[in-house]
Amino acid sequence: MELLTPAIGLLFWMALVFGILVLFLKKFAWLPILSSLKEREDSIESALRMAEETRAEMAKLKSDNDKILAEARAERDKMIRDAKAITDKMIIDAKEKAVLEGNKIIADAREAIQQEKVAMVSQMKKDMASFSIEIAERVIRRELSDKSSQEALVSSLISEAKLN
Amino acid sequence: MFRKITTKLLLVISLSLFSINFISAQEGHEAQHEKHEAQHEKHEATAHEEEKFDIGKMIMHHISDSHEWEFAHGLTLPLPVILYTKQYGIEIFSSKRFAEGNGVYNGYINNHEHIHRLNPQGGIDEEVHVWDLSITKNVASMLLSAVILILLMSTVAKSFVKNRGKAPKGIQSFIEPIIFFIRDEVVIPNVGPKYEKYLPYLLTLFFFILINNLLGLIPGGANLTGNITITLFLAVLTFFITHLNANKHYWLHLVKPEGVPTLMLPLMWVVEIAGVFMKPMSLTIRLFANITAGHIIILSLLGLIFIFQSFAVGGVVTLFTLFMNAIELLVAFLQAFIFTLLSSMYIGSAIEEHHEADHGH
Repeated sequence: MELLTPAIGLLFWMALVFGILVLFLKKFAWLPILSSLKEREDSIESALRMAEETRAEMAKLKSDNDKILAEARAERDKMIRDAKAITDKMIIDAKEKAVLEGNKIIADAREAIQQEKVAMVSQMKKDMASFSIEIAERVIRRELSDKSSQEALVSSLISEAKLN
Repeated sequence: MFRKITTKLLLVISLSLFSINFISAQEGHEAQHEKHEAQHEKHEATAHEEEKFDIGKMIMHHISDSHEWEFAHGLTLPLPVILYTKQYGIEIFSSKRFAEGNGVYNGYINNHEHIHRLNPQGGIDEEVHVWDLSITKNVASMLLSAVILILLMSTVAKSFVKNRGKAPKGIQSFIEPIIFFIRDEVVIPNVGPKYEKYLPYLLTLFFFILINNLLGLIPGGANLTGNITITLFLAVLTFFITHLNANKHYWLHLVKPEGVPTLMLPLMWVVEIAGVFMKPMSLTIRLFANITAGHIIILSLLGLIFIFQSFAVGGVVTLFTLFMNAIELLVAFLQAFIFTLLSSMYIGSAIEEHHEADHGH
């Protein structure tokens, strides 16, 4: 029973000491400790949040970059494709043009040749006519003298009249 | 010679760690025996009665409060005795005076740590009520614990302020997780969002109980948290804090619990009111009984050495005591934690905001 009986003196000192202890520790220990704990927690939390935000921003930047890159790549591909198309077209056009030109040149040449030929033939005709006339003239002139000499003359004239 | 050996014996045994105490025990036994023979001629029977080892008395002596602090037999720290009587006023003197005067000094008698006024005839004066406000062993131990706590916590607080926003250092890194644990695992989940108001009290409560539990485990230490006055005070303090802050839902719940038929109400009042007072009662007894029981077990085990006075028993008892000490160390933390946890729960239940939707029927 002795153990279960509260002692008044001990109670008095306990109330005094514990009261002082609570007030003292509250002012000089718990409040500074808890406030700096909280401060540290806040700073850690804000640091974590900032890291998270930065990460999100990085991700966004990266996706933007990717997008820009993809666009650039598409542009480049398009340009290459266009250039190739233009080149092809140019080659084809050039070929066509060359063929046309060639044909035209050939046609022209053919025409020129034809004209030359016609001119040459007409000239030749003219020349032949004039030769024939000349021969005939000389033959007629020699007829008067001698028949054999006429013949010699004719053959010599013929040999002279080289058709060049 | 006898006194010296016994002093040594008790000192060593109370440390309860070294098997050397068995040798001392044997020495003590021999010394006792010699003294027996010396006194044999004078007082045969009485001497024998006096020297007989009373384990119950020894245990009670160790777990009770005392006006002097006896670390070991013969190694005693005298403490101030402070008395107040209406008739004679305040008296302050050293407890050494009682020891010198065989329990009597200046008209006061120390009868088993209860101080009474003597009347001229030499009997106890029942007319005079002595208010004993002495710095007893428990009070001295309490003051010591308060000084330790203040020094420790202000050091920790200083290093907190110094290392503001940085990682903890030194003793701070030992105390900080405990504070964190009490705040985050004990107080916040149980008290609720308004925890900040109660946190200083609950932290002080935890560390006060813990440090006194630990001081009580040191051989020669006082059994402060195993004293019902202390546990009662703390429990009543929690009771007052709970009920002075209780909101109207708490009171309403006591008077008219929801979902109870009107006829049953008187019965519920009895149950609820019993519950209100049972809470501090259980707090009081739980801490008191746990700590006192631990001390009694250790003292009983050590007492076995004196009863049997054999090496074999001494060896076994030493191992058991070592084991018990380890358990007591665990209990020291556990009981401080439980007291704080239950206090938080009681406070939390009284200030809890009532939500109609949450009320399960």
